[in-house]
Amino acid sequence: MTIRTATAAIALALAAAPAFAGEVRIMWYSDGVEGEVIQDLLSRFEAENPEIDVILDNVAYQVIQEQLPIQLASGQGPDIARVTNLKEQAQHWLDLRPYLSDPAYWETNFGDRLDWMREEGSDAIPGFLTQLTLTGGFANATLFEQAGVAIPGEGATWDDWIEASRQVMDSQQLPAAFAVDRSGHRISGPAVSYGANYIGEDGNPAPIDDGTMAFAGKLVDWTSQGLMLPEVWVSAAGTTYRAAADDFINAQIPFYYSGSWQVANLSTKIGDAFDWVAVGTPCGDAGCSGLAGGAALVAIKYTQNPEEVAKVMEYLASEPVVREFSERTLFLPAHAGVVAAGGLQFQSEDPNVQPALEKFVQASTETLPASDALPAWRWANAYYGALVTRISQVMAGELTLEEARPLMDQDIADQVAAAQQQ
Amino acid sequence: MTSLGHWAGVLVTAPLVLLARAVDPLLRAWQRWTGIGGMAAFFLLPNLLIFGVFVLIPIVLNLAYSMTGGTEILLAQRPYVGGEQYARLLECQDYSRPLTCREDQFWTAARNTGLFVLFQVSLMVAVSLVTALILNREIKGRGFFRAVFFFPVLLSPVVVGLIWRWILQREGLLNLLVVNLGLEPQVWLNDRVTAFAAAVGVSTWAHMGFYTLILLAGLQAIPRDLYEAAEMDGTPPARVFRRITLPLLGPNLAVVLVLALIRGVQIFDEAYVLTGGGPGTSTLFLTQYIYEVGFASLLRNPGLAAAASMLMAGVLVVLTLVQLRLSRSSAGGQR
Amino acid sequence: MSAVTSFLTRRRGQGRRWHWTDVVTWAWLAAGVVLMFGPALWLVASSFKGPAQLAEFPPTLLPYVQQTAQVEGHDEPLPLYTVTREDGTEVVLAEIRRIGTNSQMVDPANPEERINVNIADREPVREVGFATENYVAPLVANNFLRFLWNSVFVTAVATAITLLTNSMAAFALSKYDFRGRNAVMLLIVATLMVPLSVILVPLYAVVNATGLLDSLWGVILPTVATPTGVFLLRQYMLTIPDELLEAARMDHASEWQIYWRIVLPLTAPALAVLAIFSVVWRWNDFLWPLIVLSRRELYTLQVGLNTYAGELNVQWHYILAMTVVTMIPVVLIFVFLQRFITAGIAGAGIK
Repeated sequence: MTIRTATAAIALALAAAPAFAGEVRIMWYSDGVEGEVIQDLLSRFEAENPEIDVILDNVAYQVIQEQLPIQLASGQGPDIARVTNLKEQAQHWLDLRPYLSDPAYWETNFGDRLDWMREEGSDAIPGFLTQLTLTGGFANATLFEQAGVAIPGEGATWDDWIEASRQVMDSQQLPAAFAVDRSGHRISGPAVSYGANYIGEDGNPAPIDDGTMAFAGKLVDWTSQGLMLPEVWVSAAGTTYRAAADDFINAQIPFYYSGSWQVANLSTKIGDAFDWVAVGTPCGDAGCSGLAGGAALVAIKYTQNPEEVAKVMEYLASEPVVREFSERTLFLPAHAGVVAAGGLQFQSEDPNVQPALEKFVQASTETLPASDALPAWRWANAYYGALVTRISQVMAGELTLEEARPLMDQDIADQVAAAQQQ
Repeated sequence: MTSLGHWAGVLVTAPLVLLARAVDPLLRAWQRWTGIGGMAAFFLLPNLLIFGVFVLIPIVLNLAYSMTGGTEILLAQRPYVGGEQYARLLECQDYSRPLTCREDQFWTAARNTGLFVLFQVSLMVAVSLVTALILNREIKGRGFFRAVFFFPVLLSPVVVGLIWRWILQREGLLNLLVVNLGLEPQVWLNDRVTAFAAAVGVSTWAHMGFYTLILLAGLQAIPRDLYEAAEMDGTPPARVFRRITLPLLGPNLAVVLVLALIRGVQIFDEAYVLTGGGPGTSTLFLTQYIYEVGFASLLRNPGLAAAASMLMAGVLVVLTLVQLRLSRSSAGGQR
Repeated sequence: MSAVTSFLTRRRGQGRRWHWTDVVTWAWLAAGVVLMFGPALWLVASSFKGPAQLAEFPPTLLPYVQQTAQVEGHDEPLPLYTVTREDGTEVVLAEIRRIGTNSQMVDPANPEERINVNIADREPVREVGFATENYVAPLVANNFLRFLWNSVFVTAVATAITLLTNSMAAFALSKYDFRGRNAVMLLIVATLMVPLSVILVPLYAVVNATGLLDSLWGVILPTVATPTGVFLLRQYMLTIPDELLEAARMDHASEWQIYWRIVLPLTAPALAVLAIFSVVWRWNDFLWPLIVLSRRELYTLQVGLNTYAGELNVQWHYILAMTVVTMIPVVLIFVFLQRFITAGIAGAGIK
């Protein structure tokens, strides 16, 4: 019995420390330098507000994806978190509106995308996007130049791009012509460009349509012809994310389809090794649409200190801070005022960076409605997951694309059914 | 050195010894009051308490999860669905063709795991046995070589997966060797055969040291005069091996087989880091399937994952019992 | 003939001529050394490469850095290249800048003259060098000492509790005859069949309910009741003759004293094996601490290592370097205790 009592006592003594008044915990993940930048910004905030103690927990993205949802389900978690799975977890976000000194500022500057992170029909202000992302391509200008192949211009189609990249591949003896990250999100902008629409009339997932199949078919063909770098998609099962950035950085592929968040990464790692340009999204039959997205900083409903949380959020969402954060991290800002004012001085000596970011800003005007609807759509992840899982199997030769089609529909239907089971 | 170690040992254990002395009167009283039975309970209690709370209760909860549906994580919020998850997993037109099953990935994973266990356990036993036989010889530096084969056992599975991925990928060490030999470099993890072989080989690499030591212990326990007598009789070596070595090694071989089988079915971390289940689904194993369905994917389904893990554990228990029965009957009265 | 016998059966006498079995033996052992140590060495070599070099194909065995030279008229040192001229001769030049496929170069000996070179005709001059910043940056920025302390704490406490509770349970299961003993034993062995990775969700629920979430005890307690440990110790204790215990009882020793003063010391070899395994297991634990710990000040080394895996990019150069750091204690255990471990398992592990 003594042991049990002792264990219980120890357990109580060491159980999760209670949140102290004035303490604000932020769960944050980093792809590049943004962890250091935010820490710097927060230190300044703490100097001005000594009564608030802000603690930044830098975690792996895996923690945000796998562990945070469980914490939230049991009514726990940090006070603020940087998340990408915005819509599905909307019921756990705190409505900051009553605590904000100027809710109108938030609606003016972040209003467009508040729907991404709140429940259907709500007018809550749960947080703001730390960065806006847009999918798009990058070309290795030096490789194209060495091969004597012109970089396809405005309005070039996917077929044009892959053909040009193939010529570069042949001339420069590269292992492949191009690569796309292993992600359903990444191929959805292009699929929309071929006329895909994922959302049915009732808001539930529509069956896989011909537009989706058209682009998926192209990806599969390009893989079997050895044009698309095979290991990115083929060598993993399930919905595992794999980036192909390293192969582009290493000049193994002349063309790489990823997104705006890669700019900082490419700039640091490529350095002066070659010139690269952002090229937007190549065109399909229906348009030349990328897919927007982003990571948001949201307040969590279960916080003990909502006032302090709101204060931290107001500071981080203020115009000068958003501006500085974007300039230092090379992220596209999601703040309407900052975007409208323009003149962001991205802090990079790399001549490739500024034009690349400008290209993404321009490309963001070319997205199609079917693509714009996806970030705020509840079933987007179910769709993305089914696409990645099954298209990879087709590429690996385990299925034909026609066999994969009903399986994808089934996978999505299973997800919807499970989520609606009450 | 010895005396230093000795004093350090005394220093560390002194408080423990004093504590043990101090509790003795209390325990004597308890023993007088409850007898030997009470003492047995006392010795078992701490372990069983921790075991019960952190192992048994989760397993029971897992059973409960397997009978619920929905995507909620807390059991209290999940609707009861009875055997629906099991039915979904088991629904299949033709069990030999996973694609005809309702949950095709589960059956693909089950088939892959079966093949993996078959190859990995055979390879493991063969390699460990040969290594143990070699280490049992009178060679110079035996202690060193014994340790060499044991080294990977100390590495974490994640590190093991990482190391080998770094060797087998396109920019890896193996391709460096291949290129130097004038051959075409390969993407080793991108071919279903080489990727599967890599998963088998790497897990064997990581664990063979442990099994080698178990077998070596068995070999060293075989009385030497048996061999001397056989040699005197001029018994052919193959026969000596079959008639003396193998039977006397029987119990150790059985332990190796059972442990390797259990661990083989549970293969996860190193294969997950190494191949991620690819290419396609050709190295997708059951534990990865369960982990992804129940925990890692964006839209998790804990009920389905729990049902799959219960099925897996059930198969394991049956397999182990069968194997123990077989090895006991074949070992005869050896034990 | 007798040589073959001894190969297949037991040891071969030393001396005499080389027999083919000796060749096989030494070939096997040599291959073993290369195969067992080689991969780890490759990891160590890779951990000193910069991010660009890690992605290079074909890879190099050793880490390299590009040589630079201080050239008059330029503040920063310039990178050096070997340039093949049109006549086939080679010369070492420093690059000022690159524009497209054209590189503006300068001869360090003659800094006035600018030379234009096609980038296909130049090769970087490199020397073996170590990208030590892979180690320095995370160790400085990442509160490494805190992680190290947490790892040591978890490892030490978990091992101590494991040894105490497992040996007590093993003592009861091997030396007392009570109803349900076999049932308890079977239960413990049966749980070997359910790996942690498949009961994550319910285990998480339990840890959450006991208030151990986000505490190091939440990492420690679920791992200490290892079935393997109880099993191993029990098998060993069965070999201790009961007469010893009876004799002690005659002398009025209490059951606790029998456990503490007689059985434990006699079980020392098996305890040592369990201790070493427990240390290695707990040190290497990754998945479970990752799930339980979300506050940075509680991270163990293995979890801290993982923060370099972002949503979109993995910072491999840091991950490899930190992997090497986490391997150091394991390698130290290996170097200093290898004789002890291997002899211990061989002698005590399975009886």
